Amino acid sequence: MTEKLVIIGNGMAPGRMLEHLLEAVPDRYQVTIFNAEPRVNYDRIMLSPVLSGEKDYEQIIIHGDGWYVRNGITLYKGHKIVAIDRVAKTVTSSEGVTESYDKLVIATGSNPLIIPVPGHDFAGVLTYRDLDDVNAMLLAAQSRAKAVVIGGGLLGLEAAAGLQAQGMDVTVVHLMPSLMERQLDPAAGYLLQKALEERGIRVLTKANTKAILGSGKVEGVELADGTVIPATLVIMAAGIRPNAALAGEAGLTVGRGIVVDHGMRTSDPDIFALGECAEVGGHVYGLVAPLYEMARVAAAQLAGDEGARFVHIDTPTKLKVTGIDVYSLGDFADGDDREEIVLRDAAAGVYKRLILKDNRIIGTVLFGEVTDGAWFNDLKKKSANISEMRDTLIFGPAFQGGGSVDPGAAVAALPDDAEICGCNGICKGKITGTITAKGLTTLDEVRAHTKASASCGTCTGLVEQLMELTLGDAFDRTAVQPMCACTTLGHDDVRRLIKAKSLKTVPAVMQELEWKTSCGCAKCRPALNYYLVSDWPDEYADDYQSRFVNERVHANIQKDGTFSVVPRMWGGVTSSAELRAIADVVDKFAIPTVKVTGGQRIDMLGIRKEDLPAVWADLGKAGFVSGHAYAKGLRTVKTCVGTDWCRFGTQDSTGLGIRLEKFMWGSWTPAKVKMAVSGCPRNCAEATCKDVGVICVDSGYEIHFAGAAGLDIKGTEILGQVKTEDEAIEHIAALVQMYREQGRYLERIYKWARRVGLDEIRRQIVRDGDKRRAYFDRFVFSQKFAQVDPWSERVSGKDKHEFRPMATVGFAEAAE
Amino acid sequence: MTMKWVEVGSIDDIPIRGARCVNTPKGRIAVFRTAEGRVFAIEDQCPHKGGPLSQGIVHGTAVTCPLHNWVISLETGKAQGADEGAVRTVPARVEGRRLFIALGAVAEKAA
Repeated sequence: MTEKLVIIGNGMAPGRMLEHLLEAVPDRYQVTIFNAEPRVNYDRIMLSPVLSGEKDYEQIIIHGDGWYVRNGITLYKGHKIVAIDRVAKTVTSSEGVTESYDKLVIATGSNPLIIPVPGHDFAGVLTYRDLDDVNAMLLAAQSRAKAVVIGGGLLGLEAAAGLQAQGMDVTVVHLMPSLMERQLDPAAGYLLQKALEERGIRVLTKANTKAILGSGKVEGVELADGTVIPATLVIMAAGIRPNAALAGEAGLTVGRGIVVDHGMRTSDPDIFALGECAEVGGHVYGLVAPLYEMARVAAAQLAGDEGARFVHIDTPTKLKVTGIDVYSLGDFADGDDREEIVLRDAAAGVYKRLILKDNRIIGTVLFGEVTDGAWFNDLKKKSANISEMRDTLIFGPAFQGGGSVDPGAAVAALPDDAEICGCNGICKGKITGTITAKGLTTLDEVRAHTKASASCGTCTGLVEQLMELTLGDAFDRTAVQPMCACTTLGHDDVRRLIKAKSLKTVPAVMQELEWKTSCGCAKCRPALNYYLVSDWPDEYADDYQSRFVNERVHANIQKDGTFSVVPRMWGGVTSSAELRAIADVVDKFAIPTVKVTGGQRIDMLGIRKEDLPAVWADLGKAGFVSGHAYAKGLRTVKTCVGTDWCRFGTQDSTGLGIRLEKFMWGSWTPAKVKMAVSGCPRNCAEATCKDVGVICVDSGYEIHFAGAAGLDIKGTEILGQVKTEDEAIEHIAALVQMYREQGRYLERIYKWARRVGLDEIRRQIVRDGDKRRAYFDRFVFSQKFAQVDPWSERVSGKDKHEFRPMATVGFAEAAE
Repeated sequence: MTMKWVEVGSIDDIPIRGARCVNTPKGRIAVFRTAEGRVFAIEDQCPHKGGPLSQGIVHGTAVTCPLHNWVISLETGKAQGADEGAVRTVPARVEGRRLFIALGAVAEKAA
């Protein structure tokens, strides 16, 4: 008969325990989980990347709903257990559910420490523990206002970096003289502070918070020395405390946490505890590696292996702030019986310190360059005598035995039992062995089978090197197509890093992302220029030398080096005055060809470059502006005559088309964007093969997207239907903004949509009103800087040099 | 015909990573200024289909033709990569900020 196993809490530790348990004894227990948080098991280590915008919630889920169903597990979401009855062997939830158990596992985690200063209960004071906290912070960050983070430890700094990436002005207030003092020595703490300050995060050390100011709502933070820091958001990240209250009320032995033996058993033999709430051997733990070890031990015990024991190990600490590399392990305090080896490279921002005792490593602090951390950890774990290699020890494994400096060699030199993935305790031999045994060829497969690099991801580089070593040329490290030969990064990585590292110029991108060429090439430069225009509309100065000639001179180059000019005709509607002005320009400049385009406007071809400003001046007098027929941006909005004239028209399609075009012109996009609005389902404006199309119907507006009628032919997909013109415009602008933020340069909407998924786009644009409005607002903001007519700018003299030769050398000079 | 240095303007007339044209009786010359401040002059005509190289994107010491993306070395005038062909290079030099090209070289080709 199956036994009943009840688990209180659904964090990473019990999740991992269940994986082990299901593998060992799949049918022994009937499992029920009560989770106070209303969701499935997700990777809490990755909350920082969610906060900084590098990942979203869906990407950090460990066990989706389907996993619980497949494994026959009952999960009560949003149920907090309020009582354990050890005599009756039942638990009761806040929602009134009572469940009996044979074995009970308590994994209630920890609570953030709230410093009891005046104002700690004001609105705007948050902690940083779960997804609700992150969502609240993201909401607060939209105001772009000031935030104060109390606590300069791991969590506080990750919160600070995340909030800053979201555009907030952040100050970190730390009680101790240097940051992360429990993991870093003062020298590394100083470098860390400098690196954070360089990013614009203010750091105050030796700062004691006296009060949170305001009246019910946060207005600032006052320090003991009288300093007042204005803020609308305060994050308390001063530490955590094991959540042992429930166990205490049930009469279990409780110290700092729930006291368990080395088999994770509490004072009641049928009740286990694990995770941050458990105290074992006098220690409580907060890093994932020991928690996963507890999960392994608890699972083994539940499966009947009474010999499984938890043994304390030192775990390396790594800070998850993109671009700041910190590694700390073991004991780094000074002492008479200790020696140290220190390497500093101020220019490169590198600091390495090894702490030795009796010729053995007992502690390591690395800043700026952390790849050798795994090797030092291995030497420490084995208590290896390093006297032989002492002179070169600090340079890492690549320098031992006169070896090369090839980074692959360092990994090759690691023994099979060297730990690669600290979070999951996976060693080198396990990874290489599994790659060979299961025939794995991609990083995702290795993560799925070994869990290596599947938690915090900082060892991804090491895992990839192991794959290279094991598979040789069969492993394509990138698998992602690099942007161009100047980099190994793909478009998505570059876009993500531009945001995450706040890179705001082309040279900054190339420097920070280690471009292989000095100034890029004709493929990456226009792409980078677009990404920067799109991401920092108010701050980035467009680099015209990184634009293709058409966008630089605002006309289309033709095969003979002349240009064509297409003025905007809003919605395809024109007038006698406009047509007369075009006719006059054609005569005056002897323009050889005039042609009607497919986008309902008029193209003048064969204009000499030198004549462009004069042509634009004449067109401008008649009220014409650039049609951007040359741009990776909004081209035209084609329309039919709608209710104005057509006996079938259901809405004012011409009016909506003109409104859309006037609202959206000038916006740069990854590739060209063509739109159309048809007044009825007969679809005379051919809206169903456009990047974005609207079909008017009696009850409103059907919005279409992701069509194509070029190299590929593809009908549109329906985004959704709305009732009013205003809603249609909000949806369309939000959709285009989402594409602007995610599209790869030169990727049309239909290809982007295929890549990210139609449903995902509908979810964000149609179903999630907050997301839609946020996209819409960002679009409107960026238009403030984009809607400048480039033709009139050039008529008034901008970029004069583009349109005339530098010199004309006469016959006399040449023939002399 | 001997080489003759003709002053065509100032180095500041050319945008960094950009080009300007000099019209001569024997055709148009494109004068380039690289990110490192080096100056090169070549015929403004891609060996492929005659595209105006002066309109291309300048990167390193090469330019990408705006018509079909051939990459031409500014130092040698030769097409890079798999493409074959070359344009004539024209000697160019800078004295202070003043910019000179050697016109004899142009005439020589045309003659």
